[in-house]
Amino acid sequence: MTFEYADAPESTSVVTVKSNYRHFINGEFSAGTAGEFATINPATEEHLAHVAQGSTQDVDRAVSAAREAFTKWSAMSGSERGKYLFRIARIIQERSRELAVLETLNNGKPIRETRDVDIPLVAAHFFHYAGWADKLEYAGMGPNPAPLGVAGQVIPWNFPLLMLSWKIAPALAAGNTVVLKPAETTPLTALLFAEICQQADLPPGVVNIVTGDGSTGKALIEHSGIDKVAFTGSTEVGRQIAQAVAGTHKKVTLELGGKAANIVFDDAPVDQAIEGVVNGIFFNQGHVCCAGSRLLVQESMYDNFMELLYARVNTLRLGNPLDKNTDIGAINSAAQLAKIKELSIAGDEDGATRWTATCELPAKGFWFAPTIFTEVSQSHRIAREEIFGPVLSVMTFRTPDEAIEKANNSPFGLSAGIWTEKGSRILQVASSLRAGVVWANTFNKFDPTSPFGGYKESGYGREGGRHGLEPYLKVGA
Amino acid sequence: MSESLDVNRTAKLFIGGKFPRSESARSFEVHDQEGNFLANASLASRKDGRDAVVAARSAFSAWSSATAYNRGQVMYRVAEIMQGRRDQFIAEVSAWSSIEEATIEVDAAINRWVWYAGWTDKLSMVTGSNNPVAEPFFNFSIPEPTGVVAGFALSDSPLLGLVEMIAAAIVSGNTVVVVASDRTPLPAVSLAEVIATSDVPGGVVNILTGYAKEIAPWLASHMDVNGIDLSGIGDSELAVELERSSAQNLKRVLRPNTHLDGLSRVKMWLETKTVWHPRGY
Amino acid sequence: MSTSHNNDTSVSGTFEVPDLTSNAAMTKFLFGLPGVDKVGLEERAASLGTRSIKNSAKAEGIDLAISMIDLTTLEGMDTRGKVRSLCAKACRPDPMDATVPQVAAVCVYGDMVGHAKEALGNAPINVAAVATAFPSGRASRRVKLMDVQDAVSLGADEIDMVIDRGAWHEGRYLDVFEEIVAVKEVCGDAHLKVILETGELKTYDNVRRASWLAMLAGADFIKTSTGKIAPAATPAVTLLMLQAVRDFHRQTGTVIGMKPAGGIRTTKDAMKYLVLVKETLGDRWLTPDLFRFGASSLLNDLLMQRQKLSTGAYSGPDYVTVD
Repeated sequence: MTFEYADAPESTSVVTVKSNYRHFINGEFSAGTAGEFATINPATEEHLAHVAQGSTQDVDRAVSAAREAFTKWSAMSGSERGKYLFRIARIIQERSRELAVLETLNNGKPIRETRDVDIPLVAAHFFHYAGWADKLEYAGMGPNPAPLGVAGQVIPWNFPLLMLSWKIAPALAAGNTVVLKPAETTPLTALLFAEICQQADLPPGVVNIVTGDGSTGKALIEHSGIDKVAFTGSTEVGRQIAQAVAGTHKKVTLELGGKAANIVFDDAPVDQAIEGVVNGIFFNQGHVCCAGSRLLVQESMYDNFMELLYARVNTLRLGNPLDKNTDIGAINSAAQLAKIKELSIAGDEDGATRWTATCELPAKGFWFAPTIFTEVSQSHRIAREEIFGPVLSVMTFRTPDEAIEKANNSPFGLSAGIWTEKGSRILQVASSLRAGVVWANTFNKFDPTSPFGGYKESGYGREGGRHGLEPYLKVGA
Repeated sequence: MSESLDVNRTAKLFIGGKFPRSESARSFEVHDQEGNFLANASLASRKDGRDAVVAARSAFSAWSSATAYNRGQVMYRVAEIMQGRRDQFIAEVSAWSSIEEATIEVDAAINRWVWYAGWTDKLSMVTGSNNPVAEPFFNFSIPEPTGVVAGFALSDSPLLGLVEMIAAAIVSGNTVVVVASDRTPLPAVSLAEVIATSDVPGGVVNILTGYAKEIAPWLASHMDVNGIDLSGIGDSELAVELERSSAQNLKRVLRPNTHLDGLSRVKMWLETKTVWHPRGY
Repeated sequence: MSTSHNNDTSVSGTFEVPDLTSNAAMTKFLFGLPGVDKVGLEERAASLGTRSIKNSAKAEGIDLAISMIDLTTLEGMDTRGKVRSLCAKACRPDPMDATVPQVAAVCVYGDMVGHAKEALGNAPINVAAVATAFPSGRASRRVKLMDVQDAVSLGADEIDMVIDRGAWHEGRYLDVFEEIVAVKEVCGDAHLKVILETGELKTYDNVRRASWLAMLAGADFIKTSTGKIAPAATPAVTLLMLQAVRDFHRQTGTVIGMKPAGGIRTTKDAMKYLVLVKETLGDRWLTPDLFRFGASSLLNDLLMQRQKLSTGAYSGPDYVTVD
């Protein structure tokens, strides 16, 4: 008898993808002044919709709307603001399946993740910050916490709606209004979110969404009418933003790249460590800034661990992201796929050994099989640069000191993982790692109450929890 | 009545716990507000800046991992030693202000050290948190120092402004490289002597005298500096240039005229580290 | 059989048999096994539980699950009539549908073995007997071995023994081990399933250690529970034991079977267990020779789901037999 999983595709009938999407400014959908661009399903390369390309004038209009709305929104009682956010959280829960399917269609990530991770966390994030809106004076930011004004927010394509929630929820709770630009390749759930704002009866102008490419984001960040810049994305763009805001009064938070070390000691809970390593690098196709892209394994258990790891990675099911049994979805864009391929070739050329999971890649769409490089050295590009794909670089160490030294030997400092059954070792290693999030005996965990953000070139500021309010409040003496 | 000629102090730099002259062997004249010559101060070069960063980086590991209690006692000790030299500081500061103003500033500076000394073991309580995540994990966030912080002192608060800048950074375990005001550097030189005799490990505080516009660009672009305090940069064009250049490695930047002090200023040089661990057996 | 997701790991053959003659050495070996993180283990089990088993997969899974059942009655009030009725159900689970596979075995108390053998006749269905002072295991070794001997002489094909949890919690691992060895010897040709009673071992670390101890002692199967203690089988504890089976195979080349028992009542549950087996051990273990369900009410739910697949309409309890 056999037991092979049959196709189990999630129905797309719950979503209506429109042919055209427009900006959401001052509570209404309105056409832009710079034409449109196409957005596709990266798993099939099928056209999904046309989306407005945001111009400087569009951005200007959105910023004006946000400025106009700021007066009332910031003067509204915290409890009333909070109720709007609670409403939004509830509508997200009500429309969760629709959001999950649309996210998967536009992003390429598996429905299992959008359904079980992304969308539940989005609702949770709004729920958490909703409760802060009338408790700002208890947040420890001084006696009279005040909003900054208009926040310009630019988010990436890897967790489109989740990153939107990380940006919008704390901003609104603190009394700011926002102009948000979703990523060029994944604008659709942000525009569905705009509909949710309408359903929630959110006052016009409190949330404005302008779609477009990098130039739209640049126009937003450089706009003189904003008081706050929040960006999640690459370190390269983060640097440009930090330069662009120099000399202004704009408060900035940047959540940038990473090259996290996942350190496995020889006394680790092996099976859970294997899961953690797999989840660390193959969750969301490795399109995760905090991905555990560098595996550091203690030499004394290397062979056994790698044998288990290869076997486990071979069980990952790659394919149709809408199939409920798919573990690995599509790469988000042709450009990202090209970058992953380029860095992988650099891995070969630098002398690392490439292992690729035995899975068939679909003919259409952007795909990259789970890949593990061994015999990687600290000096290899794949040990230093963020690949942002399903590619793991494996290195070894002999002692805890060596593990810490190698882990910290990076310009990034976003996250890290530690696997050991020894409590004292966890605490010492965790305190020695220069990283903003340390997962001990777990990896890639997120929660709205838990601050997230990096050290060094991984950016500054924190999102989540009490700490996540600070970037949206005036902090005085 | 025998006359004894004053033995004048050579105003030197303070790098890694030592008092070198500038490697450039240059100095500059320091005058009081009436224009009277006071001293030749060492004129730090970019290489002195570089050496100071190396010293600060070397000191970071031990200082940041010292216990909060220990850091608090060391900082309190600075206040004690300053108190003993109170008259000297008043005399020095009054070169650019009245005796009354100088007295207020010096007393405030001493009190500032005491205030900050008491913060070391409270920062984690006040700025940290235990986060009730929705899964079976123990999750906490703690503040950690950013690393090496470079700063440029205000000229119109030659002692208090400098103390605020240094203390707000080292209280949490950062190490600093500060450039004293070129107009009013002598209290900074004396502060270095206080720090050198106060159990502050060498390299935790490095004090340079010289021209910010000469040294600052090198510190702003330095890839091993994690934060930059531009409070004393009066030239707004220079400030913008320094902020731009600081973006190269995403330094945490305190802009001029931000007027942060106390806990808000301390937070400028803090990172939040969040640690997750499962619960269960 | 497709091998697209076959994750059989090769036998590495590096296993050094530990010293099995002193409690100190046994303890050292068991405590040298990797630890288990509860949250991560349960998360992985839950994640595999989200696999969507539909259409052809569900049809295959249902028949596979039926064929893996140790149809069980372990009541103080068991009678010959009850056992006969159970055996009839084992031979012909759905009287209306001859395509339904037979179950793997019936599982009864030792004194019922003869009645079961008689009722099953020539049907290719094994009789499994619980033994060793089941379920508590609180009797002298002499009595336990006699218990096994009785069942074997009555014709039991399989013996489901319980380990001595008291000895385990006293740290007398060697005693636990030696008891299994002794039982195995009395079993002769009968297959030995070793029940760890994970609900009394309490920690996952204990479960991994006990799994290894049982496999080293000669268990043909390791089994979660008696069904008399809660919690009985859970996906997490089953996953952990499957991982132990996998590691034992990788290191020694010996293939061991696995039997979760107790608390598995629905088709949905059964499918989750099959997923655990498939993705942990690979397709090789998807056979009644190497995987069993210790269950009673599960069978009727599988039958109702099977009827739903063939008729397209949901079935009801009146359309399956209560035996």
